[in-house]
Amino acid sequence: MSVPPGSLSGERGIGGRLASVLIGYGALALAACLLAPLAGSTHISLARAFDRSIPFPDNVDAQILFVARMPRVLTGAIVGSTLAAAGVVMQALLGNPLATPFTLGVSTGAALGAVLAITFGTSFPIGTLASVPLASLAGAVVASAIVYVLATRPGRPISTMVLLLAGVTLNAFFSALILFVQYAADFTQAYRTIRWLMGDLDVGSFAPIVASLPLVLVSLGIFAFLPRSLNLLSVGADSAATRGVDVGLTQRLAFFSASLATAAAVSLAGPIGFVGIVVPHLVRLMVGVDHRIVLPASALFGAAFLIGCDLIARTVLAPVEVPVGVVTAMLGGPFFLWLLVRRS
Amino acid sequence: MLRAESVSFGYDGGFTLSDASVDIAAGSLTGLLGPNGCGKTTLLKLLSGVLRPRSGRVMLGDRVLSSMTRRELARHVASVPQETHPAFDYTVMEMVLMGRHPHLSAFQLEGPADFEIARQALDATGTRHLADRNYMTLSGGEKQRVVIASALAQSTEVLLLDEPTASLDLGYQLDVASLLARLNRERNVTMVLATHDLNLVASLCERLVVMRDGRILAAGPTGDVLTGETVLQLYDVDADVQFHQRAGHLTVIPVRRMS
Repeated sequence: MSVPPGSLSGERGIGGRLASVLIGYGALALAACLLAPLAGSTHISLARAFDRSIPFPDNVDAQILFVARMPRVLTGAIVGSTLAAAGVVMQALLGNPLATPFTLGVSTGAALGAVLAITFGTSFPIGTLASVPLASLAGAVVASAIVYVLATRPGRPISTMVLLLAGVTLNAFFSALILFVQYAADFTQAYRTIRWLMGDLDVGSFAPIVASLPLVLVSLGIFAFLPRSLNLLSVGADSAATRGVDVGLTQRLAFFSASLATAAAVSLAGPIGFVGIVVPHLVRLMVGVDHRIVLPASALFGAAFLIGCDLIARTVLAPVEVPVGVVTAMLGGPFFLWLLVRRS
Repeated sequence: MLRAESVSFGYDGGFTLSDASVDIAAGSLTGLLGPNGCGKTTLLKLLSGVLRPRSGRVMLGDRVLSSMTRRELARHVASVPQETHPAFDYTVMEMVLMGRHPHLSAFQLEGPADFEIARQALDATGTRHLADRNYMTLSGGEKQRVVIASALAQSTEVLLLDEPTASLDLGYQLDVASLLARLNRERNVTMVLATHDLNLVASLCERLVVMRDGRILAAGPTGDVLTGETVLQLYDVDADVQFHQRAGHLTVIPVRRMS
């Protein structure tokens, strides 16, 4: 029996599909990064922006392009791709396609940290870093550590059921603490908290992006080792073990890297919801479910997706901006429901 | 070839398996019998190295299992669980190619040789025509055959099966039984088969190991071990065990529950 060309079981198999996915989705992400800075509520002239004869302080077009839009688009690319990739890893780790990067409490921990810093911290800068991102990073680390300690026992595979329960419980507990802190806050602080919780890609300069890069790169580097093991893990932990996967190690690496990626993204731009679930599912509809393809495709598509959502946020009610988290939620919420209905 | 030497295992204090010794000869097809919770699955997991014994040791040839890496072990021993429910809807070919995992390095993709092995495994299990289908759209019998194909693609000498026919209807049970017999005969795969299906082991296995309460009660040729007395001991069931002319093997007819 001959295999039809282009079929999944053909020799072209994974290598060829991976190459075309990387080229296609890579081009999409690159196009988003290059084109999105040109669009916005104010029209800018590229010729003027790149005109060196006008001094920068006088060149409004250049200021809008390089100070307002480019860091924002770059933040969208980083946050979108880390959240989407972390979503893929989390879904495979938990063996549950409906898991998100926020399922295990990382983002709520980050939120609690941010809320505490907004409410009680004086706004002291440490080097180029501000107190809110640092506090949210610390909150994320504390939350992951608690979940990890609860769900692991030395020498045994992690119980994904305990992991889920611990994550859900911690989410609820930290949310209660956030409400309590909010109750104690004044109106300005409460408003800042709400704005932070909605997510915002407008980080103001390149410095926060550079600061988050080490964490992002470490987690993406670990992701690169995981895909084939994640395929096997998502079929079943025991079955993966008998196929040669070090289940305990894979689970720990997946948990650590996904938590780190999520923590970096959330401390940079706040908890922007639905990217981590909508993007992986859309990508699976297009390229199948093999993690060696889904993971890089989601990272690239996630960048384009969040840049696109932010473009809508910037322009749809211009000159008023809609928080990008609201846009992703308005697009993602109905999509999530559609997925649920479709599954049952 | 695969030998458990007085292995014991238990979670948190109690023992689910104590002082069990079995010797699986190369090329043999051994049945593992016993009531629910007697330790069959634990023994299989010890033999596959998924669990490490609390005392005693498991030997593969002249090597101790606990000294081997998971990868190394997976090139010698494959397992088929009772049921397989992937979280994502992989294609059949993708499921079968996962069996090649222990033969590939970290970033290596499956090559033509791996595809050839996977196709042979599909052929051997009669599932070649399903290669491009999604696993979740298959019937129970097709799924089990695909999982067996995935284990075959691991190219191991030993195959451990945990109640592979438990959720299948009679037709598929016989399909899987004749598939296992053929693989054992033609590919010389050493098999251990844990099951509650007495007639299946009677038709398939030359040797039996029977367990109760975490201990091994008896082991030996099927004709010697599979008796009315054994069935009574294992399940408290009065049964007739007799040779069936048309089937060509022993058959077990349960008559009544004793307790």
